[in-house]
Amino acid sequence: MSDYTQMWKDLGLNLEAHDMLLNVLGNAYKDIYLAQKNRPEGMGYFDFVMSEVHGLRIKELLDEKAQGRKIIGSYCVFVPEEIVLAANATLVGLCSGADFAVEEVEKYLPRNTCALIKSAFGFKLGKVCPYLESADMVVGENTCDGKKKAYESLGSLIDNLYVMDLPQMKSEQGKALLKGEYYRFKQAVEKLTGVAITAQSLKKAIQTVNAKRTAIHRLSELRKAVPTPISGLDALLANQVFFYDNPARFTESVNKICDELEKRIQDKQGAVPAKTPRILLSGCPMAVPNWKLPWIVETSEAVIVGEESCVGERGTRNLVDESIGGVNATDNDEMIDKMMDAITDRYFKVDCAIFTPNQERLNHIVEMAENYKADGVIHYGLQFCQPYIMESIPVEKALEGKNIPTLRVETDYGMEDAGQLKTRVQAFIEQLR
Amino acid sequence: MNYAGIDIGSRTIEVVVVNSSGEIICSLASDTGFDPIAESLKMFYAIEEKGVKYESIMATGYGRTLFEIAYANLDPISNFNKLTLINNCSTVTEIKAHARGVAAFFPDAATILDIGGQDSKAIALNENGRVKKFEMNDRCAAGTGKFLEIMARTLGFTIDDFGKEALLAQNDLTINSMCTVFAESEVTSLIAKGSDRREIAKGLHISVMKRAASMISRVRNIESSIIRPDKITGQSVKADAKDDFIVFTGGVAKNECMVKLISEKLGCDVLVPDNPQTIGAFGAALIALEQQSKDRV
Repeated sequence: MSDYTQMWKDLGLNLEAHDMLLNVLGNAYKDIYLAQKNRPEGMGYFDFVMSEVHGLRIKELLDEKAQGRKIIGSYCVFVPEEIVLAANATLVGLCSGADFAVEEVEKYLPRNTCALIKSAFGFKLGKVCPYLESADMVVGENTCDGKKKAYESLGSLIDNLYVMDLPQMKSEQGKALLKGEYYRFKQAVEKLTGVAITAQSLKKAIQTVNAKRTAIHRLSELRKAVPTPISGLDALLANQVFFYDNPARFTESVNKICDELEKRIQDKQGAVPAKTPRILLSGCPMAVPNWKLPWIVETSEAVIVGEESCVGERGTRNLVDESIGGVNATDNDEMIDKMMDAITDRYFKVDCAIFTPNQERLNHIVEMAENYKADGVIHYGLQFCQPYIMESIPVEKALEGKNIPTLRVETDYGMEDAGQLKTRVQAFIEQLR
Repeated sequence: MNYAGIDIGSRTIEVVVVNSSGEIICSLASDTGFDPIAESLKMFYAIEEKGVKYESIMATGYGRTLFEIAYANLDPISNFNKLTLINNCSTVTEIKAHARGVAAFFPDAATILDIGGQDSKAIALNENGRVKKFEMNDRCAAGTGKFLEIMARTLGFTIDDFGKEALLAQNDLTINSMCTVFAESEVTSLIAKGSDRREIAKGLHISVMKRAASMISRVRNIESSIIRPDKITGQSVKADAKDDFIVFTGGVAKNECMVKLISEKLGCDVLVPDNPQTIGAFGAALIALEQQSKDRV
């Protein structure tokens, strides 16, 4: 690994704290990821990405910046990468998967704020997120009340925060609001980059992001095999790197793994024995390095076959209609408007728990449990995440109505409840056998 | 052939040895103390000294994994008192162990409440005695044996008398805090106000009962939990709601006041097996026995 000390220093990171973070991350990765048996060879790429997640990838971004490309950071799957790419900028997901600088964070946020929001502040206050420090624009979004109000405080810590409004109901008015916000975002991105989005650049961006999602869809499809050819931890990692990596390279790497998995399936070779209980995870997103629950599940003789999560199928489901526009498109504005409609249509289907009512999500969970041949569903709620914890009760009812065993878990990023969590997960797995 | 079950809880450790018919031939209990592994090994040594042998060990309770690893790494020559080591130690969760132990005592049981030192759980069983659903308390000690223990001490009662004394209260008193720390200060201020300590004790019992009752109601679906095979025809029949009962296990099941309050609140019988603290270890031993016979087939 190269020495990135100067780069981190130039970004204004707290080197001592950052070293500590990388150390913890490295050890966790070794214990959780590298300790797994029977991994696909293609995961070597993701091992490399993770070992360079604050190194080479940041250097790439800074090299892009040196050539005038802008970096936009985001905390949510509602921020459309298509618009960012079309304006010749790069979108990256921002760090929010670990506790950091907790005491500092509690000067800004109440204790009973969810770990994900606290983490976003912790990485800023602890000066340990090179993505955040590289970003020319940070996009916040009005999802839950926690995030909405937290961005008001985050705005006092970073000077390039842009807040996107989001609808809360799946109505025509809601859709119009989303489209309006995507137009406002498009303008802001164009202003930042000085690049006017054209029908052609937008179409190309749509194709790039669709290709990335299609690769993930292919991976998900292969996980339906019995025995499943890849561990849930490894598949989660691919879903996590989705937010950081260069889109074209990511697509290629995921497709390469899929080629390998297809061969595994042909040879009836699984990551685990065929009779291993299959679990569907559903609920709050799991950002790097939040591997706690999947690790507990997969070290308890079960395997995760799908994630109903923003870092997972909820985030990647559906493509943007690519059929609009072409090389001969003449009326640029009209064509762009049609594509903006197509983008809005795609994102409007995301069934985040901030929407009410949100029956689609319940249907999707039941459908996923059946399609992935899950023996049971574990609903993962981050403590104090009101929307998902509230929905966990109807989720449990909907699943049990279909005789699908369900375990509701409420936890955070700390490890002090790992023992109790393990007991609960193991008892649930015993129940499925 | 005999089989051992060990339940390493936060407050006590129990070891039960069963014979090949599943009958208890030996049962021991001890305080967990600060070194549960050493304590556990001492108990196995005491069993060995009694001349009782066993073919495998099934560990349960919060210390189960710790014990499994420690046991596997024991030196056969220089270990504690040269204990004879068995090359067969595995683990099972306390939820499954309790379900198995209860099913042996009460084959018709559909709902279990287990309140131990640091955990409380409600378990629903299906008609075959298997776990159908369960709920467990979160990370804090609210509503557990530890809570009652600390409160008994604050009020100057022994833990054995706490329930009996609470039953003598003339009136019910409301305790609002479920957090051990806050409840303790609430109790302190009630004492300062001159409240009767038996009434405070009753109030504390009521607050734990309410929490347990809500946990039970989350797992117990009255309609589905009372469908069981008819004893004569073997067909599934809907039993009368009066037939539904709850089996209460764990150390807190020895508290008469808690048993009475839960029974009153839920309007059904609350049955407590003899030695409710040993049910986990007993269930673990039975699972060890069944696993062994399954492996042999």
